[in-house]
Order: sequence, then structure tokens, then C-alpha cells
Amino acid sequence: MIPAPQALIVPVMTPPAHLLAAPPGWLADALPFAFAAGLAYVLLQAAWFRATVVEMGSILELAGATAMRLHHLPRRSRWLMEQLFAAGVRNMHVVLLVGLFMGMIVSLQTGIELSRFGQQDQIGTIVAASMTREMGPFITSVVLAATTGSALAAELGTMSVSDELSALEVMSVDRVSFLVVPRVAALMIIAPVLTVLCDTIGIVGGGFVASSQLGVPLAQYTETALDALQEKGALIPVPMDVYSGLFKSVIFGGLIAIISCASGLVARGGALGVGRATSRAVRDSIIAVIVANYFLTWFLYR
Amino acid sequence: MTTAAPTTERSAAQDVILRFEDVHKAFGAQRVLRGLSFDVQRGKVLGIMGGSGTGKSVALRHVIGLLQPDSGRVEVEGRNVPDLSGHDLSELRKRMGYVFQEGALINWLTVEENLALPLVENTELGRGEIADRVAEKLAMVHIPDAGKKLPSEISGGMKKRVGLARALIVEPDILLYDEPNAGLDPEISRSINELMREIAESHESTALVVEHRVDCIRTVCDEVVFLHEGEAIVHQPTEEFLRPSHPRLIEFLGPDALN
Repeated sequence: MIPAPQALIVPVMTPPAHLLAAPPGWLADALPFAFAAGLAYVLLQAAWFRATVVEMGSILELAGATAMRLHHLPRRSRWLMEQLFAAGVRNMHVVLLVGLFMGMIVSLQTGIELSRFGQQDQIGTIVAASMTREMGPFITSVVLAATTGSALAAELGTMSVSDELSALEVMSVDRVSFLVVPRVAALMIIAPVLTVLCDTIGIVGGGFVASSQLGVPLAQYTETALDALQEKGALIPVPMDVYSGLFKSVIFGGLIAIISCASGLVARGGALGVGRATSRAVRDSIIAVIVANYFLTWFLYR
Repeated sequence: MTTAAPTTERSAAQDVILRFEDVHKAFGAQRVLRGLSFDVQRGKVLGIMGGSGTGKSVALRHVIGLLQPDSGRVEVEGRNVPDLSGHDLSELRKRMGYVFQEGALINWLTVEENLALPLVENTELGRGEIADRVAEKLAMVHIPDAGKKLPSEISGGMKKRVGLARALIVEPDILLYDEPNAGLDPEISRSINELMREIAESHESTALVVEHRVDCIRTVCDEVVFLHEGEAIVHQPTEEFLRPSHPRLIEFLGPDALN
């Protein structure tokens, strides 16, 4: 046998022992944090993400500043009344109309399905629960975001681009106290009031459909609807579905007002800037309401 | 030719109420102020003139803290405005009046309410006293009957007058005018100029007037600063200013303005 030339013998390299060993515990623990930090860094490089973070920061800052000045409200009672009128009375017919048809839709959709199983006498329960828990607060909020929220953003945006906000600043007038506090308070007050109207008209509309199209006697519908609203909450001994819906609507009203005001206050660039602020206000308000709705539902019904 | 004076030398012997010292300000890549320096003596009316985009209004906004300089000092009575705390800035603003280009009246308040706003918000004055002062200022700007109207119901010239009355309502020590004649016809413009002169004489307040109309400068101002590319290249008494020797100023004013 001819021995292999020494040069052709390739030594087998074994990695150092410390590389073969399992990573130390601290490294394993740190990996998720390192990954999160890396991800945060990458996201922060994206302009849209930075802009979103800045926008959310300004909204939170405005919310904090507003909360700190809520005690100024008695001084702003005139503007509060005007905002209540603008947000409440001027939107009432829209809320009533949309609420009526929403109740009718829920009644019809569920009624058709329940009829297959002979359970249509439960329509009242379903309409009452869905209107008070979800539909009423949500529909009212969407209407408020589209009408009052857009109006707030346009109004403050116009003030911003026409130097009126600067004028307030040079006169040492606190614009959060003067402009934002009465608007936020008005929406937080008017949203539950409109929600009650929406709930009521929705349940009435559902009853109309149940009796006229699904053959459920009105008395039976009313009885099941009222029964559904009797369940008391664990925290507060009042009908759970009603107060959870009203609590949600207060939060939604505040969110819409703060987001719309924040959007208007930073508007720049003339009519185009006001238009952008308005559409941003409606978009962000609706997103915020939907996200908040999930968490509030989880909190209230867990 | 007297170019912009070295302010530190000038101010020592004079009662300087307002001073710009090597102020720089940029918006993104656009450098608006590039080392602006000048000062204003107490009781004087200083005009700030210059072409569009030379930083006249930007300079004015620095005085009242609406803008912060990137570098340099903007001093009012020896205190650097950007260094003031929120409270101190607010107190300083209460002693200043700012007349905005378009009036900047709060459009959902009546003329009376617009005038009363700084008093209602910042003073302990009673309703009657505020109403008296509002009426007095409306009379001073020659629109005594406009109080109940909304800004949307009055003309551009009247809005300027209301803006002026609102600036005066706090009895300011320093008045800042941002193009008070912009968009006005010559007749109304003349009356606004005369009004500004009257105010300067009767109130003995210091004023800064951003303007590019020679008739306003001639009627209202004691001294004029001419800005070019973000710097003060001329600072002279009005009479001298209107007999220019600096080539850029001659080019800006044109032969007709010199007569």
C-alpha cells in the first residue's frame, strides 16, 4: 500500500469546546429582548411608523393636558352648551335613522336564522342585547366621528392655518382649556345620550320587523327584550348590557374628540392641510373606537 | 451708507428694549435667517423691510416666541426669549400686542368678544370695565359700531382695525405689526398708517412693523432695517433710508419710491 502523501491528509477541525456548549442562560433570556429591540429599530426607520408614533404621542399629550384642565369646565359652560347642541341636536336624526335600520337588520337577519330552528321568539333577546352592548355605542360613535369629529378637525384646522391658534398663543390664552376641554366634555356627555336613543329606536325597529315580517307577537318580543336587559352586572347592580354600552360610549366620545382636536390643531398648509386633518380625524377615530371596543368588551365581559 | 450696526457697540449707551443677535433659522433645507442682528430702542418704531422670503415675518415671530431660533439670541429687555419658561413667556406676551397679516380674529366670536378675550382670560377686570375698554379701543380704531358683528361680516380693512384694537386692548409695551397693509387699497392703507402713527405717538410704545410699502415706512417708522438673504444689511433712520446708497436697497426700492 502506498502511503498517502502527507499534504493530502486534511486534518479534521473540531470547533472549540466553548462553541459546542449550550448558550449560557442569560444569553437565552436576552434573545427575545434583542429581537424586540432590533424590530423596534427597523420599524423606527420607517417614516410612516415614526409619524404614527409621533401622532399617538401628541394625542396622548393632548389627552393628558385636557384631563389636567377639566376643572376649567365651569368657565367654558357657554362653549360646552354650544358643542352639546352641535354634537347632540344636529346629529340626533342621523343616529335615530341609522339606529332604527340597524335594529331592523339585526332582527331580520337573526330572525330568519332562528326561524329555521323554531326559536324566533328569542329575537327580542338578541336584538336588545346586541343593540345595547355593541351596536348602539358603535353606531353612535361612527356617526359622531363622521359628523362632529370631522367638524372639530376642520374647525380647529382652519383656525390653525389662518393664524387664529397663533393669535390665542400670543394673547396667552390656553388653547387646550379654551378649545379642547369644552369639545371633549361635550362629546363625552352627548355620546351616551345618543347611545340611549340609538338603543331604544333600534329595539323598537327590531320589534317592528319581528312582528310584521317574522310573525313574533309584539308583546312576546317586548317581554324577551326587556328580560334580556334585566341581567345585573357583577360590579354595579344595574342592567349590565346597558351600563357597559353607556360606559363604552363615554370612552368612545372622549376618543373621538381628542383625536379630532389633535388632528385639527396640527393642521398645516392651507385648505389641503385642513382636508387632510379632517379625513385623518375620521379614519383614526373609527380605528380607535374599534380597537378600544375590543379591549373594553374584554374588560367588561371577561 | 450705514449698514446694520454692530448691535453690541450701539446698545451700550442706548435704552435697547429688543435685540436680535446673530439669529439663524432654517426650515428644513431652507435657511431663512442667516445671522440676523439688530436692536430696537425703547419708544421707537422700527420698520423691517425686505423682499419676499427674506425672513421679515419669521423674525417678528421670534420676538413673541412663536418660533425658536436655531442659534443666536432674541432678547426682550435683556432676557433671551427662547430661554424663558412657559410662565415667563406668557407674562411677557401679556405685555405685547401682535397684529397678524389677516387679522387672525377668532371667527366664531363677535368683534367685541374678540377684543375682550385677552382681558377675560388673563385679568380680574369686571364685565363693565372690560366693556368700557372694548368700546374705547373700537372708537380709537374708528369702528365704534362694529362690536356686535362677526368677523365674517366685516371687510378686510375693518378686520385689520379690529386686529389692531385687539392688540391694543392689553395696553402693550411692544407692538408687532405683520404687514398691516397687505391686501388693502391705497385709501384704507393710508388710514391704517395714520392710525399706527397716532398709536405710536399716544401710547409711546415700541413697535416693529414688517412692511414692504414705502408709504407705510415713511409715515409710521422712525428707523428701518432692510433684510437681504436673512441678514440685516441696512439699519438707518427713515429719512436716510429713503435716500438709499446701498445698491441692493436702490434696486429694491426702485427709482419711483425715492421721490
